[in-house]
Amino acid sequence: MSAAPRQSAGPARWLVLGVLLVASVYFLAPVWWLLVSSTKTNADLFSGNGFWFARFALFDNVQQVFAQQGGIYWQWLANSALYAVGGAAVSTLIAALAGYTLAKYRFRGRELTFNSVLAAVLVPQPLLAVPLYLMFSQIHLVNTYWAVLLPSMVSPFGVYLARIYAGASVPDEVIEAGRIDGAGEFRIFATIALRVMSPALVTIFLFQFVAIWTNYLLPVLMLANDHLQPVTVGIVGWQAQRGIGPSAVPFNIVITAAAISAIPLVVLFLSLQRFWRSGLTAGSTK
Amino acid sequence: MTTALHERAAGRTTADGARRTGRRRGRPVVLFLAPFLLPFAALYLAPIGYTVYQSLFRMHRSGLGLTAPTQVFSGLSNYATALGDADFRGSLLRVLLIGAVQVPLMLLLALGLALLLDARSTLFKRFFRLAFFLPYALPGVVGAIMWSYLVAPGLSPISAAARHLGLHLDLTSNALLAPTIGNMLTWGWTGYNMLIIYSALQAIPAELSEAATMDGCSAFGIAWRIKVPLVRPALVLTTVFSIIGTAQLYNEPAILHNVAPNLPSTYTPIYAAYDAVNANNFNAAAAESVILALLAFVLSFGFLKLVQRRGGSL
Repeated sequence: MSAAPRQSAGPARWLVLGVLLVASVYFLAPVWWLLVSSTKTNADLFSGNGFWFARFALFDNVQQVFAQQGGIYWQWLANSALYAVGGAAVSTLIAALAGYTLAKYRFRGRELTFNSVLAAVLVPQPLLAVPLYLMFSQIHLVNTYWAVLLPSMVSPFGVYLARIYAGASVPDEVIEAGRIDGAGEFRIFATIALRVMSPALVTIFLFQFVAIWTNYLLPVLMLANDHLQPVTVGIVGWQAQRGIGPSAVPFNIVITAAAISAIPLVVLFLSLQRFWRSGLTAGSTK
Repeated sequence: MTTALHERAAGRTTADGARRTGRRRGRPVVLFLAPFLLPFAALYLAPIGYTVYQSLFRMHRSGLGLTAPTQVFSGLSNYATALGDADFRGSLLRVLLIGAVQVPLMLLLALGLALLLDARSTLFKRFFRLAFFLPYALPGVVGAIMWSYLVAPGLSPISAAARHLGLHLDLTSNALLAPTIGNMLTWGWTGYNMLIIYSALQAIPAELSEAATMDGCSAFGIAWRIKVPLVRPALVLTTVFSIIGTAQLYNEPAILHNVAPNLPSTYTPIYAAYDAVNANNFNAAAAESVILALLAFVLSFGFLKLVQRRGGSL
């Protein structure tokens, strides 16, 4: 971020700024529309300028969201939090242990294990959801919290990241020193490696948390009971009623509910930017 | 991808330490990997095997349907049925077309924006980076619901603007469904891809551009001749991810269907496979899933081979 040298780029600089401004309008305008719309009454959604405010009804909308269908929105948020926090916490610990082992021990089948983890990162997730549903229905796990929690606890991408970080940041000398001091292998991992790897653990947790919070396919297949559903499935269920008929959910409620459900992620994203970038770049740079 | 090589080199140094202490290390390896490998086998490998297995069978119902249907081996007939189904073939063709148009457009946009953000004299970099990445921070379902209303007849501010100009514009009409979905994908994923490319650009030593400037190379020349070739691995990675992402297209069309009933429930291959599951025909769904997985595999690995042959290490 050093000051640019005197070579004033002149018109080119303004052209670049103009292009970037147009692009940011494209990316921000829909979000702006969502925010503005969440402050409108249902009737106002259909008239006037979509990108500007009408009667301010945000608080009324929020109240309606949380009152709709007996206040089930609270439950959905709590379910999403349970799936995301529980799944991400467990998968992060498991991934840290596996990644550390793959980076720091030599054993037969190590490359095979790591390559199958890499291949699993590339398997389209929706393809797994259907067979998982059938397997789970045979052992009566469908329509339980476990149906979503269990698959959320495995993160091949987390193992991949953990291996890279452990390989780069946990020095062999420290492990050797621990062994000479008589510490057990698990103790070395728990007291030394975990601490050194902690920034990576935040990244893994973050990515898994977001993946679970935004997941739609798996829970919509697994959970018919709407008291178990996460917020994504719940909102789409409301949206599917298309604002028609007596049991229909009005558009203003769906829009406000959608906006509220994005808040936790936007907050996480803004407050932990550093960790996002380190995860995104793990695979792409040398 | 290149990291794997580095890892291998790093692993070799650990190997000496491990060899010295010999067999004692065997037990922790098994114990440490088990918490990951057991669920991984049960929740990743088993479903894949189960899908392939199921795709080779067929439910056989007796003539009158009085007895419970039995599962009989049917070889590749489910595959023949799937490929003979015009709706499924159409869905494959559709994602191929959407991918062939949308992925290059999105990645060109992502590369262009990343290069502009990387240029030294660009103002407000931080703001633009956040703005471009924001769509990725929204849950995909929220983005899809938002866009479904932005294009829905009656609600759409875009159609309303067109009406002001005296035009009739229905973005959910059959002809515009594919561009609408392509736009949803571009909006949602450009920032993510841009950030990957941008991070690779940031890793390029500044001296390279400075030396080129000294030699009288223009900013455009530097971008095109020096920076783009150097971020090749990032471009390859984003392309492969985008191919796989397009193959599993489901959320956007499924949510758009709620405001556009004309969108068929066999619009994309995954959508078609789910449709088969809902009709309790899992064997068909399994065959369709395998075909899609193979297609995604062939395309992404074919692309990798292609760029490798075109010279340049990866």
